[in-house]
Amino acid sequence: MDSENSACGNPNPNPTLGPSKLMLAFRFLRALSLVHRTTPASSRTCRGRRIERAAYASMAYSAGTGRGWSRAVLRRLHHRARRRAVAPRRLSTTAGNRAEALRQLVPGGAGMDYCTLLEETADYIKCLSMQVELMQGIVDSSSSYGP
Amino acid sequence: MSSRRARSRQSTSSSRITDEQINDLVSKLQAVLPEARLHGCLSMQVSAAKVLQETCNYIRSLHREVDDLSERLSELLATTEASSAQAAIIRSLLK
Repeated sequence: MDSENSACGNPNPNPTLGPSKLMLAFRFLRALSLVHRTTPASSRTCRGRRIERAAYASMAYSAGTGRGWSRAVLRRLHHRARRRAVAPRRLSTTAGNRAEALRQLVPGGAGMDYCTLLEETADYIKCLSMQVELMQGIVDSSSSYGP
Repeated sequence: MSSRRARSRQSTSSSRITDEQINDLVSKLQAVLPEARLHGCLSMQVSAAKVLQETCNYIRSLHREVDDLSERLSELLATTEASSAQAAIIRSLLK
């Protein structure tokens, strides 16, 4: 994260809580509250899945629609809400299908050209690791102060 | 959106993506990976294939962590009160 800040000339010198991370935290916290309010206490697995979807949703919303992977995540989430079928994966028709395994891991990767895929992957990893850090921080705080 | 389409059209038709461009993107990707994954890579060049492989492994492990943390958060929400959970979240943000 530090190298990213210095390389891009990020005006915010704080490596731990930049504005993007704060927005991410705010969105996730809001989604988490909603899940807590609306999911019955008995359905633990259901709540776990909803929290996971909230994590990806807040991640994608924070990244904005300027990224292929975030658009793909939001599409997938909205389609899931409307019809419970798994959408057929669009086969890659653009420049070759190098890095097949990576295409399956990065949302929207199947339809991207190789260069875009590499760019999107780097951004996806940054956001994903930020989300993991956030969730880990919440778990750690709750564990140390909880009952 | 249109510029993105134009970019991909240009890349497929002219095939003008140089190796240099690809190496540049691969090294940017390498910079995002945690250093432990590319053991012994104080040398400049790690093969692109290695970087891609480690990237896949890293993404898979991140997905697993999200899955695991979601379950743990689910447990926490079940056992703690909403107010103390929110207090804990705010505490973690302010650290």
